[in-house]
Order: sequence, then structure tokens, then C-alpha cells
Amino acid sequence: MVKVLEERKGQIYRKGSEPYAMECGKTSLAGSVSQRACVFCGSRVVLYPIADAIHLVHGPVGCAAYTWDIRGALSSGPELHRLSFSTDLREIEVIHGGEKKLYQSLVELIDRYQPRAAFVYSTCIIGIIGDDVGAVCKRVSAEKGIPVLPVHSEGFKGTKKDGYRAACEALLQLIGTGPAEGIQPHSINILGDFNLAGEVWMIREYYEKMGIQVVATITGDGRVDQIRRAHGAALNLVQCSGSMNHLAKMLKEKYGTPYLQVSYFGIEDMAEALYQVARFFNDTAMMRRTEELVRDEIAAVYPQLLEYRKALTGKKAAIYVGGAFKAFSLVKALRILGMQTAVVGSQTGSSEDYQQLRDLCDEGTVIVDDSNPLELAGFLKEKGVDLFIGGVKERPIAYKMGIGFCDHNHERKIALAGFVGMLNFAREVHGTVCSPIWKLVPRYSCCGGGVADVG
Amino acid sequence: MLLRHTPSEVKEREALVVNPAKTCQPIGAMYAALGIHGCLPHSHGSQGCCAYHRSTLTRHYKEPIMASTSSFTEGASVFGGQANLVEAINNIFTIYNPDVIAVHTTCLSETIGDDVPQIVSKAKDDGKIPDGKYVIHTSTPSYVGSHVTGFANMTKSMVNYFSESSGTEKDQLNIIPGWVEPSDMREIKRMTGMMGIKTVLFPDTSDVLDTPQTGKHHLFPKGGVTIPELRSTGDSRATIALGQFASGPAAEALDAKCKVPCQVLDLPIGLMATDRFVDALRKTAGVSVPDAITDERGRLVDLITDMHQYFYRKRVALFGDPDQLIAMTEFLVSLDMLPVHIVTGTPGQRFEQRIREILKHDVPQVNVRAAGDSFLLHQWIKSEPVDLLIGNTYGKYIARDEDIPFVRFGFPILDRVGHSLFPSVGYVGAMRLIEKFLYAFQDRQDRDALEEKFELVM
Repeated sequence: MVKVLEERKGQIYRKGSEPYAMECGKTSLAGSVSQRACVFCGSRVVLYPIADAIHLVHGPVGCAAYTWDIRGALSSGPELHRLSFSTDLREIEVIHGGEKKLYQSLVELIDRYQPRAAFVYSTCIIGIIGDDVGAVCKRVSAEKGIPVLPVHSEGFKGTKKDGYRAACEALLQLIGTGPAEGIQPHSINILGDFNLAGEVWMIREYYEKMGIQVVATITGDGRVDQIRRAHGAALNLVQCSGSMNHLAKMLKEKYGTPYLQVSYFGIEDMAEALYQVARFFNDTAMMRRTEELVRDEIAAVYPQLLEYRKALTGKKAAIYVGGAFKAFSLVKALRILGMQTAVVGSQTGSSEDYQQLRDLCDEGTVIVDDSNPLELAGFLKEKGVDLFIGGVKERPIAYKMGIGFCDHNHERKIALAGFVGMLNFAREVHGTVCSPIWKLVPRYSCCGGGVADVG
Repeated sequence: MLLRHTPSEVKEREALVVNPAKTCQPIGAMYAALGIHGCLPHSHGSQGCCAYHRSTLTRHYKEPIMASTSSFTEGASVFGGQANLVEAINNIFTIYNPDVIAVHTTCLSETIGDDVPQIVSKAKDDGKIPDGKYVIHTSTPSYVGSHVTGFANMTKSMVNYFSESSGTEKDQLNIIPGWVEPSDMREIKRMTGMMGIKTVLFPDTSDVLDTPQTGKHHLFPKGGVTIPELRSTGDSRATIALGQFASGPAAEALDAKCKVPCQVLDLPIGLMATDRFVDALRKTAGVSVPDAITDERGRLVDLITDMHQYFYRKRVALFGDPDQLIAMTEFLVSLDMLPVHIVTGTPGQRFEQRIREILKHDVPQVNVRAAGDSFLLHQWIKSEPVDLLIGNTYGKYIARDEDIPFVRFGFPILDRVGHSLFPSVGYVGAMRLIEKFLYAFQDRQDRDALEEKFELVM
């Protein structure tokens, strides 16, 4: 068994006879090697795919430098979002305030790039020195005639989730400021897809084939003018619940727009995401088109999936991702490939998320909240897994232990959403789990090892 | 495509940084601390900082990067981070059991004014630091200097906390390698080994960030300078510091504290800087240069001779960290190339002076800027095109936009491998760099050649 700290025991659950009781939503223990990031990170990853806006990070240079184009959020047009703008605060501004520098930077950026809007991210230091970012934004907005939106994302003010919330608040200010004319009754907004590897393009195409108008994609391949008229859509679809549920709720309250939670990952969930919408619009012709679409798409990928399933049946996986919602689809998708999920965890799951994971997983599965590398390595070894699905910081841990790895976060380069995405996922998992390298290197299972030296 | 909006006309900017050519202090402190054996770097601030530094270092080195955080919340930001740090120290020794915790601050903890030494001494009084274990610290506000400054500060803290003078001189040299790759540190040790010199290299990230795949995840890999070695630096015969910006402060601190005389040299990148390094080793240690090293030098000279026509008057733009750029500029000139645009994000007038000095005969009108950004570099390139761009991964945007051959060099390199495995320093490193330059030029020549001019022998 993996040794864990007393304080963390409540955040680890092994599915078995005991009733579910999971602590989560806690701040991380000081001193832990946490895999979590901060409020600013949450805001930045949500908003920055809006491609025709300026994204200015107000603070010392690091916050902008570390988030410069680290996540391939693709655009079909402008690429302003992929540049890195920073006020690069120096000591003198920390003492005397950075408002003047912020004002100058904004004016200069807007004059040069003529963006459709500007987002200004407040970092830790801004919260401490107390710049009135809202006032500067208001002034520049009035002078330049475009929306200039403050994003209150001071790093220390909570977790990444609070950053999502701040991003949603900024988006809410934008929505409703554009014309809603010309929007069909059968119309949607796609929320919480960030267009990694072009995924939102695939999803948009499915809905368009069903006869639905996509008003805005928020925020993958996002455009300011689309987002401004998003209140005119008949339905909001939320994929990444962690980041976008808050916006969907606010839009429901303010404009009465209903919303559905969907997942575009794995063939079951993808098909259901389309059917949900067809059922919502209650249109027989649309339902028929949807059935055809799903049938054709599955027919195209299923025979190949079965091939991969042959090779992967009986293999075990561990999942550690940012939001828990993503994990549900992953567990199901792995099952289609004949694989069992032995460990599953997230950085920011809610109690309901973990309850749902418990219902979904097999006996003995370890469910974990806000884990750290040492624990994770321990679980990988204990469960004898063949595949680790995680993010940037998890990859080299898996490889060092002789385990295959699949990135389901920032470094994803192939589309994993949609029906084709399932095939891509199967191919990627097969490639890493069955790589010949594992025959040539030692794996955790043949070594001993202590707590601080997990082998 | 991405940068098509970059105008060629340069307008002075006071407030704004576009596409930075630097990042902030704490990541440098984290990298340096990883070069101590059994050390867990600790970031005293919000969780995000630590996560970003770990991600960036992970992407660059392709290795697990371990570091902990004080996990500041709003409460800590108002009432100070003392409780967080004391609790962190306790938890770290309980869970991870390192030999040393190396604390660095962030802009947040600096600005609220946390007194880290006082907090650490409180932790000591409260019995949170086990016997034989250490907590060191360095101050790394993100709004001062750059990542290079953070590296220099943490390295200096190693001296401040550990170096001791026993009064008996040891027959060894200290080498402070600066912010170079694990492969470079390994190469420096190989060279001093060939010369039969006993050295203490600090920090030393070889065998920490270039570890073999063993089927195990080692929280603390076998490499890194040990505490007894760091202690003994106060008794060494002399210190050779490589790179004024990254290594100068530690070398000077050691001289002041333990009276160990120091020489600050350029990073041994290229022929002449390596010559000076080898000569300094020879003189300081009182040894002669073995034939094997002379032969390595000879092979490098032979390679340059064979290929010098390919370098002749090639115009180069480069950006990165000051120590790297100074040595690289001299190397390029020695190859008969012309470094015409040079930018570092790290502030410091000394940098511009040094570059102008190196280039005064060959490129008197050089465009050089400290505290610049890659947007400025791009503007310069648009006005006066170059044949080669040298810089970190972010240079790929400019290279693609302007269709210029590009050699990756510096930090971070996120999209290629090799930098952490093959050295750039020493004679061998110079040969590798030359290979890269040649490939860039020759691949380009082949690509652009007209059908009738596409030739076998080049």
C-alpha cells in the first residue's frame, strides 16, 4: 500500500465495501508537490483561445512567459491569441503602482493590432499592490471603442476553478453586447471546447450536419463578435463542466437559455451528445439525420477499434487529469478498448464527480483527489498499470517507471474528440502500451523500493 | 503567418513587452537547486508559480521535476506566509525526506514582506527541521532581473549557507558552471577529469536531469553536488566561475566569505573561450594539458578549416541569456560570421558593452539590446535580413515567418531533444554547434537549389 499523510487519507478512496466518503475541494497541503496550478492559470486557459482579442497579462513577466502558446488552441483565422503580451512589472511599479504602464500598454496594443476586444489578466502581485485594473479598462474601452475586460485572476485567490469562474464573469460581460438577429430557432453555443488539435471544427461539423446553427464556440476558435451575440442561441452545450458550467448557469439566469452537459469523447458519449441535442429540439427530421450521422461515423471507425481492442484487452490504466468530468469519458472509452481503469483522480473534482466515478469504476479502483507525484507513482506500481493518462508533469514519471503514457491535456496534438477522435485515441494508446521499448527496459513490477524511491 | 503583424519600423516602447526573451527569477532558482544532491526546491508563494516552473522545466529536460509549494491562499497573502512555510517544512521532511529544502520566494511573498530566514529559524526552534537536514533560502522577486538572476541568487545562497573555511587548503578547484545543460556540466567534469584536476562543480544537474530509465521513479536521483562538497568549497585553492551573470555573484561571495580567489571567465562555448578555460585550469591547478585535449582542439580546428567557406560573412541574429550570447557572439566571429542583431531579455548595461567590445572590428553597427524582447528582434530582422537565427524554441515563429534557417540554443527548448544529452561547451561542444550551423545552411542550400544546380558534393 502507498504511504500517505494522515491529512490526505480522506482524499483517497478505494472502491469496495465501504460507503463512499471523499474529501475534496480542499486547498492543497503546504509543502506538497501538488500538480495543481492557480487562479490565473484557470482564467488564462479558458479565455486565451479567443483569437481576435488581445490577451494582456498584467504582472511580472513570468506569468505571461510560462503561458505563451503552451496549449495548441487552433484558430481558423486570426492568431493574435498566440502572441505573448506582458506589462513586465519592475520593482519601481511594484512600489508606485502599475496603472500607468497598463494604460500605455493597452493603448499601444490596441492601436497596433486593432483587436475586437482586450482581456487584462490580473496576477498575484496586482492583488497585493492594488492597481485599479477595472478603472483602467473602463477608460481605455471608452477611448478606443472596444470592450476591454478585466479578468480578476490573482493567483492566490483560490484554485484553478476560481480562475474559470473569473473567466466566465468576463465572458458574461461580453455576451449580450452584439446583435442577436438572424439566429435560427435551432441554434447552439458550444461551451468548454478549446479546439486542441482542431476538435471544435469536428464537433461544429456534426451539429451543422444535423441542421443546427452554431452561434459561438466558447472559447476554442472563438471570435469576439460571435461571443457578443451568443445570448441569441436557443441552447448551450457544456463540455468542460469545470470551466463552463458557471457561465451556462449565468446565461440561463440572465437570458433563460437552457443548457445541457455533454462529452465529445468516446463513441458512446459523442453519440449521446448529438442525440441529446436532437431530443432537445424535438424535431423528427433532425433525429433521423442524427441517427444516420452516428451510424455512418461509427461504421467507419468500429472495425478498426476492434483490432486495437484485441491487442489491448486486459491491460490496466491510471488516469490523473485536471477536471473530473473528462475522467468519466476516459473510463468508458478505455472499457471499449478492453482496458480496465485501476486508478483515477483529478486536481479539482467535486464530491458529485467522485461519487459518479465510484459508480462507474470496477471494484478495487483507487479514486484520488489532488494527488502528488509520489502517491501517483506508488499507485501505478501497486496496481501494475500499463498506461498512464495525464498531463505535462506526469509524462516523465510514467516513462521513468517503464509505463506507456497518453497526454490528455495541453500537449495533445491529435484530436481525441468525436468518432474519429476515438480511433485516434485507440491508436495512441496502442502505440504507447504496446511499444517495443517496454521489452527492452525494466518496469516497476520487477523492482523493490521504499517510499521516497518508488520503483 | 503568426507574426505577420510585426511591422519593420521600430518604435520605442516604454511599457509593453511583446513575446518576451526572458522569464522570471524563481525558475532559475529552482533549476539551480535541483543541482544539489537530495534537494527539494520549494516555492514560497501561490501554487501556480511552482506548477509553471515544473511544467517548463519538464518540457525542456523531459525529466520529472520535483518541487513543493507553500500553496498561498488569500489568508496567507494578507497575514503573511509564516504558517504556510513552517507547515510546509514539517510536511516536506515527513513525506519526502530530502537532505535540503531550498526555498525561493515569488513576487507575492516578496511583496508582502515574508522574512524567510526568520521563519526558518522559527521552524528550527520548533523542532521541524531534523538534525543533519538543512533549509536554505534565496530571495527571487519576479519583478527584478530575470530567470538568470534567480539562478545566480540560488547559487550564491549555496555559498552563503554552506561554504566553510577550515584553514587548511584542499587540492581542489571550485567550478561554477552557470546556467548550462546537464550535458555541459558532464562535459566540464570530463575535461577536468582528463586534466587530472579534482573539482567541486556546483550546482551540478548531471545525473539529476539526464537520468537513465531504470523502471523506477527516483524522487532524488544520484547526481547533484553534496553538502560535504559544498562545505569544502571554502577550502578550495581557487574558484573558476563561468559566465559573469549566472556565476559571478556566487564566486565573489565565496571570495569574500572564505578568501578563495576567483576568476570569472566566459562560458567555454567556442574555440577561444574554451582555450581560456583550459588555460585557466592549467595555470590554477598547476597541471599540463594532456595530449588528448590538445587533439580534441585540433579536431575542432580541422573541422573549422574544412568548412570555413560555408561560414564566410553569414549574417546571424541571436537571442537568449547574456552569458550564452556573449560566448556565442565571440564564437561566431571566430567562424567569420557576422552577428548583427542580438537581444537578451535580461536587464543589464554590461551586456551591451561586452557585445559591442567583441564586435567593434567586425560589426561596429551591431543592434544589441539588454531588456529587449523577441518582437524587437523580429523588427530588426525585417529591416535587415539575416542568414541564420539562433535562439530558444520561441524563435521558431520568427524563423518560419521570415523563412530563415534556425538553430535552437538556450532555454527553453520545448520541441527538440539533444540539448540535455550532448554538450555545447568545450571543444567537443563547439564541434556539435558547428555541425548544427552547417546542417542549417546546407539543408537550406539543398532545399532552395534549382534542379540543375542540385549537387551531390557540397
